[in-house]
Amino acid sequence: MASENPTTSEYIQHHLTNLTYGQLPDGSWGFAQSAQEAASMGFMSINVDSMGWSIAMGLVFLFVFSRAAGRATAGVPGGLQNFVEMIVDFIDDTTSSIFSHKNDLVAPMALTIFVWVWLMNLMDLVPVDWIPMLASAMGVHFMKVVPTTDPNITMSMAFSVFGLILYYSIKCKGAGGFLAELSFHPFPKILAPINFILEFVTLIAKPLSLGLRLFGNMYAGEMIFVLLAVMFSGGIAVNLLGGVLQWGWAVFHVVIITLQAFIFAVLTIVYLAQAHDVEEH
Amino acid sequence: MNLNFTLIGQSLTFFVFVWFCLKYIWPPLKTAMRERQEAIAQGLSAAEQAQKDLAAAHSGAELELTKAKEEAQGIIEQARNRANQMVEEAKQDARDEGLRLKEAAVQEIEQEMNRAKATLRSQVAVLALAGAEKVLESSIDASRHSQMLDRLAQEL
Repeated sequence: MASENPTTSEYIQHHLTNLTYGQLPDGSWGFAQSAQEAASMGFMSINVDSMGWSIAMGLVFLFVFSRAAGRATAGVPGGLQNFVEMIVDFIDDTTSSIFSHKNDLVAPMALTIFVWVWLMNLMDLVPVDWIPMLASAMGVHFMKVVPTTDPNITMSMAFSVFGLILYYSIKCKGAGGFLAELSFHPFPKILAPINFILEFVTLIAKPLSLGLRLFGNMYAGEMIFVLLAVMFSGGIAVNLLGGVLQWGWAVFHVVIITLQAFIFAVLTIVYLAQAHDVEEH
Repeated sequence: MNLNFTLIGQSLTFFVFVWFCLKYIWPPLKTAMRERQEAIAQGLSAAEQAQKDLAAAHSGAELELTKAKEEAQGIIEQARNRANQMVEEAKQDARDEGLRLKEAAVQEIEQEMNRAKATLRSQVAVLALAGAEKVLESSIDASRHSQMLDRLAQEL
């Protein structure tokens, strides 16, 4: 907690601040002690909590799945293998129904995105105060446990996908072909500059919408959990109501986290499929 | 929620994780799944073949059973015929035996009758002689008249 008895706005503010490591105003390196301090650190700082939880969730994914992969046999599958294969099969079906080109990267990447983002989103279902309070007891001021509520995380994944889109667009169509695709429609070739501006905005909108959609959904969901948690400072009736609402929102949120993870994975596949499509103009 | 170096860190993490998944997770899982699919397909076709074999064996067994039944029927029929035949033979034998016995008895009776006739004849001759002796009150030379008396007895 920011102070012994935080006001509501302090409480909310506290929940929305990352644990940021960077250069402090006095020139030394360390953790920012407030949101303002974190903001003043500029680009050369890192959100340790987001990165930590993100990597932790990624390792959970890799650990569970590589365990299943290591033991994978054609024999009768066990519980874990069944579960893992079900997800793999699901992603494989989705990929092959959208992506018709030959590329061994896309399906594993979609799997990684789906499971990893889902696990990161899942942290949203841990009651909002548990881990921050535990961290606070251990002397860590800020602890934002849901990496996908940090735009750095979602946007970096979106831009990574965007990088792959550009790479495969140029690889499949050639730099000229890619430019031609951007310039020669929807209007006739004579209006190439207008076409280019339109298509360029469309292109840029892909990673922005991809990253911001996930961020927005998870941030809003987290915000509602935090606001509902504020109710726990009220009387017993308000407490009970808050509990019921927390539970209800959590149930609803299970759908959201899965849906958002799936959308992120599917849009990645769709964008990469578009990058591979060589259209005739 | 300011953008900072986390962007770069997460991108690197992202590519490392994707690479790991691509290298060590996806291929073995897909291989295992494909192999299992093939094994299941093989198992299913084997099961189908076994079912066909079983059906063939069933119909074969049915055929054998029918044949065996027919054979048994034939044997029973044969046995019945044989029994009937034996009964007929026994009846015939009995009938013949009876006939033979009856003939023998008839012959015996005839013999007995002839013997009685012969006895009677001889006694009639004596009786007739005695009667004639009584009638004539005189002795008749038996030896002189025996020829005539024998003729008389013959006529009886």
